[in-house]
Amino acid sequence: MKAKVYVSLKPGVLDPQGKAIHHSVELLGFTGISDVRQGKYFEIGLEDSANREEAREAVARMAREVLSNPIIEDYRVEIEG
Amino acid sequence: MKFGIIVFPGSNCDHDAYHVISKHVGQPVDFIWHRDTDLDSYDALIIPGGFSYGDYLRAGALARFSPVMESVKRFATTGGFVLGICNGFQILCEAGLLPGALIRNRDLHFICEHVFVRVETSDTPYTNELQSRSVLRIPIAHAEGNYVCDEVTLEQLQREARIVFRYCDRNGDVNAAANPNGSRDNIAGICSRERNVLGLMPHPERACEDLLGSSDGRDIFRSLAATVAPVA
Repeated sequence: MKAKVYVSLKPGVLDPQGKAIHHSVELLGFTGISDVRQGKYFEIGLEDSANREEAREAVARMAREVLSNPIIEDYRVEIEG
Repeated sequence: MKFGIIVFPGSNCDHDAYHVISKHVGQPVDFIWHRDTDLDSYDALIIPGGFSYGDYLRAGALARFSPVMESVKRFATTGGFVLGICNGFQILCEAGLLPGALIRNRDLHFICEHVFVRVETSDTPYTNELQSRSVLRIPIAHAEGNYVCDEVTLEQLQREARIVFRYCDRNGDVNAAANPNGSRDNIAGICSRERNVLGLMPHPERACEDLLGSSDGRDIFRSLAATVAPVA
């Protein structure tokens, strides 16, 4: 079983890296891009015997307390397998 | 009176702080390794600058989980003086001892230069030897010094006079052009509600000798020494 955690900046929090990437992508000739926001992605391996709902809860806690900073970031958890 | 300087893997301004406390403040000072948890003999702690844990995940995020940090929290909540400089400020925010967060600089660059900051209040243990509205020339050296917080927090900081330093020009005028990193409200440093915890991005420990271009940082350490000495 595997957990996937997506951490993204809250709307309204300035993302200078996203802006720089946006600019670079446009320089490559891509058009019609309204915005680029950079985030983080984590894969967490879980023992196959783990209970799915308990695992989801534990990973959500990890996401809240370690992987994201709730002042500036949101997170989303997916459990796979 | 005794100072302690917390050392994490990746701290690199610990010796500068040690030098300033021993030479310019003239007080006993120890390094405290991040695995130590006994802080009973200290009157004031400094969390120095650097790149604790290589800035992995977010600057200051992993240092929060070092064993010493539970003791630092207890120390702070029982009125102990805690000064966080640069990475130390980032760690204090991540640990929830100060509100807000420090994100990537507006222009993405790592900025290493002398800047001007205005003392917004002399009513803190760190600025009571300084005049409110006085201007200090102190270096900054960071890539993540862009202070962010929500509207409610900002109003609270303003109402409680907890914004201690703001980026300004040489005349003390706080304006957008003098904001090096995009920090909200030009914030360079804030204190806790009880005023015993201070976090700031500029490096006062690098501005204590004329030979290094400025000695404006000394009064911050002297203020703290003057505050602590009578109680200790």
